[in-house]
Amino acid sequence: MSSSDGPVASTGAQLSRWFREGDAGLITAVMIGIYVLFTIFAILSPSQGLGGIVATLQAVTFWTALYAMLVLALNLHWGYTGLFNIGVAGFMAVGVYTFAALTAPTTGSPPGLGLPLWVGIVGGMLVAALAGALIALPALRLRADYLAIVTVAFSEIVRLSLLSTSLQEFTLFSSIGFIPDLTLGSGSGQGINMPINPTIPVKSLFYTNPTNPANGEITGLGETVFSLFATIGVRETVVVSIGYTLLLLAFVALFYWLLRRIGNSPFGRVLKAIREDELVANSLGKDTRMFKIKVFMVGCALMGLGGILWETQKGFTDPTSTTFRPIQTFYIFIALIIGGAGSNTGSVFGGALFASLLFQGPLFVSRIFSKFIELGDAPSTFAGAVAPALSLNFAPAAAYTLKNIPSLRFVLVGLVLVVLMQNRPTGLLGHRKEVAASIDLSERDGRTGDAAGKPAADGGQMPDGVRSESDSASGGERDD
Amino acid sequence: MVADWRVSIVERPKTALFGLFLVGLAVDLVLKLFGVQLTLGSANLLGGSLGLGRLITLVWDGIVIGLGIGLAGIGLSMTYSILSFANFAHGDYITSGAFAGWAVAWLVAGFGSGQLDGNVLYLATVGFGPTGPSPADLAINTIKTPIAVFGGLLVAVLATIALTLVIDRFIFKPMRNQGGITTLIASIGVALALRYLIVFVFGASNRGLTGGSPKLILAAVDGQFALANKRSTIILAQNGNAPTDVFYWLFPVVDIGSYSTELLSVTGAELTIVATSLALMYGLHVTLQRTKLGKAMRAMADNEDLARVTGIPTERVVRATWIIGGGLSGAAGYLIALERGTLAFNLGWLLLLLIFAAVILGGIGSIYGAMVGGILIGLTNSVSLVWIPSSFSTAAAFVIMILVLVIRPDGLFGGVTTA
Repeated sequence: MSSSDGPVASTGAQLSRWFREGDAGLITAVMIGIYVLFTIFAILSPSQGLGGIVATLQAVTFWTALYAMLVLALNLHWGYTGLFNIGVAGFMAVGVYTFAALTAPTTGSPPGLGLPLWVGIVGGMLVAALAGALIALPALRLRADYLAIVTVAFSEIVRLSLLSTSLQEFTLFSSIGFIPDLTLGSGSGQGINMPINPTIPVKSLFYTNPTNPANGEITGLGETVFSLFATIGVRETVVVSIGYTLLLLAFVALFYWLLRRIGNSPFGRVLKAIREDELVANSLGKDTRMFKIKVFMVGCALMGLGGILWETQKGFTDPTSTTFRPIQTFYIFIALIIGGAGSNTGSVFGGALFASLLFQGPLFVSRIFSKFIELGDAPSTFAGAVAPALSLNFAPAAAYTLKNIPSLRFVLVGLVLVVLMQNRPTGLLGHRKEVAASIDLSERDGRTGDAAGKPAADGGQMPDGVRSESDSASGGERDD
Repeated sequence: MVADWRVSIVERPKTALFGLFLVGLAVDLVLKLFGVQLTLGSANLLGGSLGLGRLITLVWDGIVIGLGIGLAGIGLSMTYSILSFANFAHGDYITSGAFAGWAVAWLVAGFGSGQLDGNVLYLATVGFGPTGPSPADLAINTIKTPIAVFGGLLVAVLATIALTLVIDRFIFKPMRNQGGITTLIASIGVALALRYLIVFVFGASNRGLTGGSPKLILAAVDGQFALANKRSTIILAQNGNAPTDVFYWLFPVVDIGSYSTELLSVTGAELTIVATSLALMYGLHVTLQRTKLGKAMRAMADNEDLARVTGIPTERVVRATWIIGGGLSGAAGYLIALERGTLAFNLGWLLLLLIFAAVILGGIGSIYGAMVGGILIGLTNSVSLVWIPSSFSTAAAFVIMILVLVIRPDGLFGGVTTA
């Protein structure tokens, strides 16, 4: 993996120049580094020529975009305001299932309302925001770690309710005469079909019948693009995925722009003040509770949108999907921590690093190793791997390890998180100073400012009971 | 008296509402027991029907689950109050303890039944593999193979203590000066790493553990309470011809008319978890009340700097906290797996939120709070089945936790820290 750190750690001087010159350069440099790495992976791994390389890069970009979106939304909560929300998966689920209920065909099983795509997206975001308000109203008075537990419990309540067969299909208003009956459902374990989803606008560029391409024609544009890509051996499905990935990248840009606007607005400055010291913000006359509820709702709406873009593209979802499990929240959180909470560039950066190096990278490494090194059949159990190793035959153990890289990569994720927290709790970019005033004073060397992150004179122990929110990964610390 | 009530209702409307809700549930439960149903039009308002045996079974299940959760919660509560961070790795300590303990239990049972040869690695990975003796072949249960069960318990405790101390030394100790949230995030990393290391070694599948679990059945036979170890015995007795060649015992005194029904069926594993966890809790209570350790812990939970200034060896107290907390969580994991009869890599992770709920309900820092909170969460989890479908029972426990956080963020035993 050491080679994969190259784009990150190389040539400090150049990096610091990028730091000053702007974030677009940094993200571009990192993405180019990741692309080079995965091109090498694709060439080495048992894929099919140029088409394989394109498909690999598409997949990496796709995951990067998905994580970047959700990480940006979480950054609004944790990075900007210091709200420790670890119920991201729950808010995503609320968004996705509202979207499904609004757009699923009325004849489906379970049926929906058959409304157009944009109604579903707006509705999903609104309901996710309402769910956020519902949780925020009681929970925001609590300490950060309590808020964490409430939000993660909320996400589990949502997931367990979706799994329940009692909500598989239900009828609203059946006992009220003047309103027509309305049958909806979660589909529980059987899942729910979403023939109308955000990939449809992309597909309609290429196909005349986007919901079922096989039954329709290819449009003029589709003909041109497909034949163009076919010359380098890229299949139609990959071309469509590239289209959707570009759409996702546009949404990442939109999220980024929105967060920048929020961060630089007076509203955003209050949020940062709440993060650093809520009491001070309060005594300056800011109704911090309202600010927290508002920002919680905005963040949850973005999580709902991110969830819709993430989960509906398969045209089907069910509650067992990894997207709705608490572990998904932690992946998003880890990506944010890696990049650096409080920094939008760091969020995108963390999303890219997590999705590529930690999530997809190990799988490629495993494939490449098993292609080039002949280890024989991998034993199916740990016992089968260890027994030969006792007689100094390490091939089965190595093969078993390679085969288990999909689960071992989470050990790597965990260790990365621990090492980061021990040595750089603000993440890779989170330590950067932010411009709080409307005039950039950052050219002056930062002597002034908060001491919240610095160890106290008594050896760094915060007084008991004060679980400082500002000295953690929220950008309060300086290491320069 | 009435005036007092009125004042408290006005001052704390949320608490009053919650209290009213609980009273409503209690009334409904009583009406259900007596088979009374109050209706308004076609809508069922209160009551219904509920067998006494079913209620007793639900309460017993709740207590069994709750004691396991409470035992696991003590460690979480102690580390929360003394080290000031919510340890998300606690669930995976529980899983680690369960796997370590059951590996040894399987090895001992395999040795006892002469199936150890050629199966050592299979048994040591708790049956991860296609070939080897099945749980039914090993037939581990508290009555027939007590050495395997309690040997496994001992190892579960010791192994988890060792694990928590090693993790503390390399991960949490260098972070003592950092904030609670930073350490919390690191503990999420520890949880992930531990869980998938367990998958690497023991596999991701859910495996059976025990075999031939003995039962004890409590029933009412013609108005007298009776105990038996087979359902058929009870049925024979209720028909008027109690067998003499098998275990059957009538409670001599009580007589409640001509009531005949099966009330409760208790497995040996359930009795083991109840007895063991009560014993461990009592032992902890004595330790913390009678020794200086308990006082030092209380002092440290209150104000760490002050404790250090007074000469309390804070690092040693932290180590004692990990030893007690880790040992109890290992025991809890092992016992919960024994009671369920199955074990998978995500055992502790799935329990963790319930344990958090119990600890918060009881009040963070209070070990009695953790115990009581555990039992309350266990009862909520199982008795809620009277009103809601089983798929919502875990959600109900979480809702109770959120309500308690809103009404009384300090928990039931709030303010009382560590013993």
